[in-house]
Amino acid sequence: MDALRRTLLKGAGATGAIAAAVAAGVLKPSQVLASEYNRTAFEAKDLASALRNIGAGSATDSNAIVIKAPDIAENGAVVPVDVVSNLPNTISIAVLVDKNPLPLSGAFDFANGALPDVALRLKMGQTSIVEAVAKTADGKYYKAKKEVKVTVGGCGG
Amino acid sequence: MADPMKVRAQMKGDTAEIRVLMSHPMETGQRKDNAGNTVPAHYIQSITIDVGGKRVIQGQTATSISRNPVFGFRVKGVKVGDKVVINWVDNKGDKRTDEAMIGA
Repeated sequence: MDALRRTLLKGAGATGAIAAAVAAGVLKPSQVLASEYNRTAFEAKDLASALRNIGAGSATDSNAIVIKAPDIAENGAVVPVDVVSNLPNTISIAVLVDKNPLPLSGAFDFANGALPDVALRLKMGQTSIVEAVAKTADGKYYKAKKEVKVTVGGCGG
Repeated sequence: MADPMKVRAQMKGDTAEIRVLMSHPMETGQRKDNAGNTVPAHYIQSITIDVGGKRVIQGQTATSISRNPVFGFRVKGVKVGDKVVINWVDNKGDKRTDEAMIGA
């Protein structure tokens, strides 16, 4: 009985502490990294709805986002892509492949000193535009794109 | 349980470069096996990286990440000897956590 009460109090105390920390500005909501899988965005079948579902439907074009990817990828199963955002206060980067069956490939949040830079390897079914979207701390979205020609598609396995 | 990740974490000047190779089939759910049956999707959905006890990277990934995914990130404000903890979870609920130390 007593033990249960203690557990309940402890639980309530912890939640209260987090709420207090948020209120005090110690933990800003933008610094608390999202953890819920954005299924709608990842299952979107075209680029426009994928962009819309990550909130970037009206992203501004920016040349401060640099996409490093080969002009011609011989093997669509492994296309090395590196995205760097030179926009100040970038907190998140998403990578999309226009002509893939599901365009959104990945979305990454950066915090506690992580630079807005992500290197990854993508599958590409065919020649396509690769788009990168950067979100800044003020909630604005920016995007850049680069075409990658694929000689052998990567979706056949 | 999946094979261990290969993690390389190294200071380059004031920035740590973290590269990780995860062992995972990353099935798209669109591929057919030799018998013509669709192979169900099986892919990493979530990755996190903590350095020195602080969450630095939180990512969500889809089937279009290549098989045996490789990711590279850069982190400032960390030092040699800091512990790097990397975790992934896939769409079937399989998961794996591996640790490394930032080297010079």
